[in-house]
Amino acid sequence: MESSIYRFILRHSVRQQLVLLLLTLASFPFLYASLDLPKRIVNEAIGGSRVPDAVLGVPVDQVGYLMVLSGLFLGLVLINGAFKYAINTYKGRLGERMLRRLRYELYARVLRFPLPRFRRMSSGEIIPMITAEVEPLGGFIGDAFAVPVFQGGTLLVYIGFIFMQDPVLGAAAVSLYPFQGWLIPRLQRKVNQLGKRRVRAMRTISDRIGETVSGVADVHAHDTSAWHLADVSNRLGDVYEIRFEIYQRKFFIKFLNNFINQLTPFFFYAIGGYLVIKGELSFGALVAVLAAYKDLAAPWKELLDWYQQKEDNRIKYEQVVEQFNAPDLMDEERQRADIPPDARLTGTLELAGVTFGEEGAAPVLDGVSCEIPLDGHTAVVGTGGGKEELAQIVARLLAPTAGRVLLNGQDYGRLPEALTGRRIAYVGPAAHLFAASLRENLVYGLRHRPVAPPERGDGEAARRRRRVAEALAAGNTDHDVEADWIDYAAAGCDGPESLMRRIRHLLRGVDLEDDVYALGLNRTVDPVRRPDVAERVLAARAAVSDLLENPQYGELVERFDPEAFNSNATVAENLLFGTPVGPVFAIETLAENPYMLHVLDKVGLTEGFLKAGHTMAATMVELFSGLPPGHEFFERFSFIGFADLPEFQAIVARAEKDGPDSLKPAERTRLLGLPFRLIPARHRLGLFKPEEVRPRLLEARRVFAADLPADLRHAVEFFDPRRYNAAASIQDNILFGKIAYGQPQAQPRVGAMLEEVMERLDLRDVVIEIGLDHPVGIAGSRLSAAQRQKAALVRALLKNPDLLVIAEATAGLDGQARARVHATLLEERAGRGLFWVVQQASLARGMDRVLVLRGGRIVEQGLFDALEKDGTVFSELLVAQ
Amino acid sequence: MSIAEEVECLRRIPLFANVDVAKLKLLAFTSERVTFKPGETLFHQDEMGSAAYIVLDGEAEVLVRTPEGPRPVAVLGRSEIIGEIAILCDVPRTATVRARSHLVTLCVSKDLFFRLVAEFPQMAMQIMRVLAQRLDNTTRQLREALSQHGA
Repeated sequence: MESSIYRFILRHSVRQQLVLLLLTLASFPFLYASLDLPKRIVNEAIGGSRVPDAVLGVPVDQVGYLMVLSGLFLGLVLINGAFKYAINTYKGRLGERMLRRLRYELYARVLRFPLPRFRRMSSGEIIPMITAEVEPLGGFIGDAFAVPVFQGGTLLVYIGFIFMQDPVLGAAAVSLYPFQGWLIPRLQRKVNQLGKRRVRAMRTISDRIGETVSGVADVHAHDTSAWHLADVSNRLGDVYEIRFEIYQRKFFIKFLNNFINQLTPFFFYAIGGYLVIKGELSFGALVAVLAAYKDLAAPWKELLDWYQQKEDNRIKYEQVVEQFNAPDLMDEERQRADIPPDARLTGTLELAGVTFGEEGAAPVLDGVSCEIPLDGHTAVVGTGGGKEELAQIVARLLAPTAGRVLLNGQDYGRLPEALTGRRIAYVGPAAHLFAASLRENLVYGLRHRPVAPPERGDGEAARRRRRVAEALAAGNTDHDVEADWIDYAAAGCDGPESLMRRIRHLLRGVDLEDDVYALGLNRTVDPVRRPDVAERVLAARAAVSDLLENPQYGELVERFDPEAFNSNATVAENLLFGTPVGPVFAIETLAENPYMLHVLDKVGLTEGFLKAGHTMAATMVELFSGLPPGHEFFERFSFIGFADLPEFQAIVARAEKDGPDSLKPAERTRLLGLPFRLIPARHRLGLFKPEEVRPRLLEARRVFAADLPADLRHAVEFFDPRRYNAAASIQDNILFGKIAYGQPQAQPRVGAMLEEVMERLDLRDVVIEIGLDHPVGIAGSRLSAAQRQKAALVRALLKNPDLLVIAEATAGLDGQARARVHATLLEERAGRGLFWVVQQASLARGMDRVLVLRGGRIVEQGLFDALEKDGTVFSELLVAQ
Repeated sequence: MSIAEEVECLRRIPLFANVDVAKLKLLAFTSERVTFKPGETLFHQDEMGSAAYIVLDGEAEVLVRTPEGPRPVAVLGRSEIIGEIAILCDVPRTATVRARSHLVTLCVSKDLFFRLVAEFPQMAMQIMRVLAQRLDNTTRQLREALSQHGA
């Protein structure tokens, strides 16, 4: 990458800079004319000193001449405005385009960094460099040449004017420029150094923030927030000092410059005045020179500003680019080159004296030599480090620091990434998933290049063409992110459906299918987009209804009945008789909802709610007061959090002493809020007894639905036995009720019942498919570690690699799942390459070859049977488990 | 039946007799009420247990496996605790328990029980006292049995 910003600008925008320059120069005559014209209007047209007889052959009088000149002036204003508009737009576009190019280039370089680099450089440092730090460069790039030329040109014009009036005065006017030209860069240099320090300080701060975010659980677990706050405060203090010093110095430079500029008139008055008195200079000329000198100040100031800005941006650019200009970057071509679809990795990988180590540390791999046939199974067992590094070297993710890796005698490191990345799969001990749906993550390994363009209407296609042209103009890729990128053929499939079958087969193989099924059951589906699913779910609802007639399932589920109170649902659910959509009827704020209050009032339930709320508050205060803050019982059982307990205590005390009428409206709201969350069957507080209150609650339910204003209609999705509830999960839609409290083993029995229904109606596939839409969260955090590993294995197997490299990827699975996964791996990889770092020596059984690693060296290698005999390190390892 | 009645039931159990009412209320509130139909099994002999049951209503019978098949050894009724050994120490269930009638129980999970005991040491003291008494009884019975055996 260009090491200086001017080289970067010239390399990528020399033509545009020239256009800008020409535009700027072309604007000069008009600018000059617009300065000159007013004088002529005043002197010639209005003063009538020199009215010509005719303009362009048309005879004019004085008024006519005035109109012509005024019209001309208006024209010039428009022309100048047009120039300014054109130049600024051009500059803006150029700047944004260059900024886009720079950011793209930096990001592309991140993708070419060798892996060890990320052990020293955090995302907290990289992100602000690409986003915030380069931001001002865009504005500057358009000004890089145009501003100095324009302002310098203006300056020269004025200086020339002064010289023409009087060479001595001219010399006086510029006499201090050399001094300023010498002094200011010297002062600026210190500012530049401070600027560099500021950037570095900000980077460590963003690094710290990034660290805090990723380690926030440990911050809480160790109560170290004070330490982190002190650390960041200290660093912010450094930044403050640096910034304030920059501010002071910058303004000192400006002050000095102003002072020097004011010094020059001193010479004018002294020398010019002397010359006028002596009669060697006309009085008028002195006034003209003074006026001209005043005009000099503006461009001179602009030039100085520009200079400071230039220095600022130069440093920013250099400081960013030096981080991205590493000699060990992956060759660009190696990443860009595509391969024919039938390219395969075959033959034997040969490692000769492969060593790997971080600088200044003992190597973790030391002189490893071995041969790895790409069609066989190789197990790596051993003690000590280096196993993961060996796997990564074999997967071509890591380059050895010494030694050679050859594929059929050719340098392995020179193969294009398209070949290694598609024909080798690597699954490490902690696989990364991307923040997308599970499905996207599974097919991630098939997205190498766009395969089929998306369908677009005419308008969209035209827009896309413009976007492509713009992307190319900024040196970006023109690959279409909306295209279908999935390489079905690589997965051995001919389209989405067969890919789905393959995914399901693999999900079963790694014991993940049940998990995905469970995820699917808890997801919502939009019945408008998937009417087929909604219809089948409703069929399942009917089937469950029949099953619940069966005494075997009996009272497991209390179904929603429009005419009956559901004692296993919250009071809020009973009133709404539906699922809230959005925040309007969220259970936490129901007591503040005017419409809900209106309904309670109308059926005369308000006082009953208040009384129930009072009883609940009193009970909670009694039960939970003795518990320490943050005790998990608050979360699990209490209607009132620890922090709110004292407030409720006061409310309860007051209500008991002065009666409920003495409560303030806010306090009433607090109490009213509690009963909504009551589940009578679970909480057994003896509230809302069936015979007294429930008929009125049902009345409230009816009123709520009947009076609901149209603008609130969208805020609740009613329970309707015949309709699909878009706001509820698939499971809730099927059960259409609540799992009853107090039934032994209710959860597993309901699960079994659902399973039966799904099986019968062939719904399992659909639910799994919907489960695949589950968003896995940032870095897969919404899945368990074991689920992430399993997903990563599916992702790796799905692309049918020639060589599958696994580095202790199954260590986090429980015994049963692990056995299943291992069997699947061996079956899937039969007759194909497998390089497996196993966590237990016995797992190497059934593999073709075994490498035994100890302390970074290969101490034994050979066939499993040959190594299994007494006296080998391998047999020791086998016994040691 | 509401929490208040459950607490009454709990108080009649020696293990909880002297425990503060408020704590019993918390125990009742945080425990789940589980209802069994006649013939339904609460737990099987030899499986690991994670909860104790307090009979609120109905009867349960305790069955021990013998070579001749399961043999009922006891019938437990209202205000009796079932399976408390399993939540106090990690041993498998010593018998199978089955509902003899419509049986309403309060299911106290091990995890919950320990949290309460950890939070309220007086409760632990009380339970310790009852257990020590039981041990004393058992020891005395053993001594008597041994002396009779010796005689």
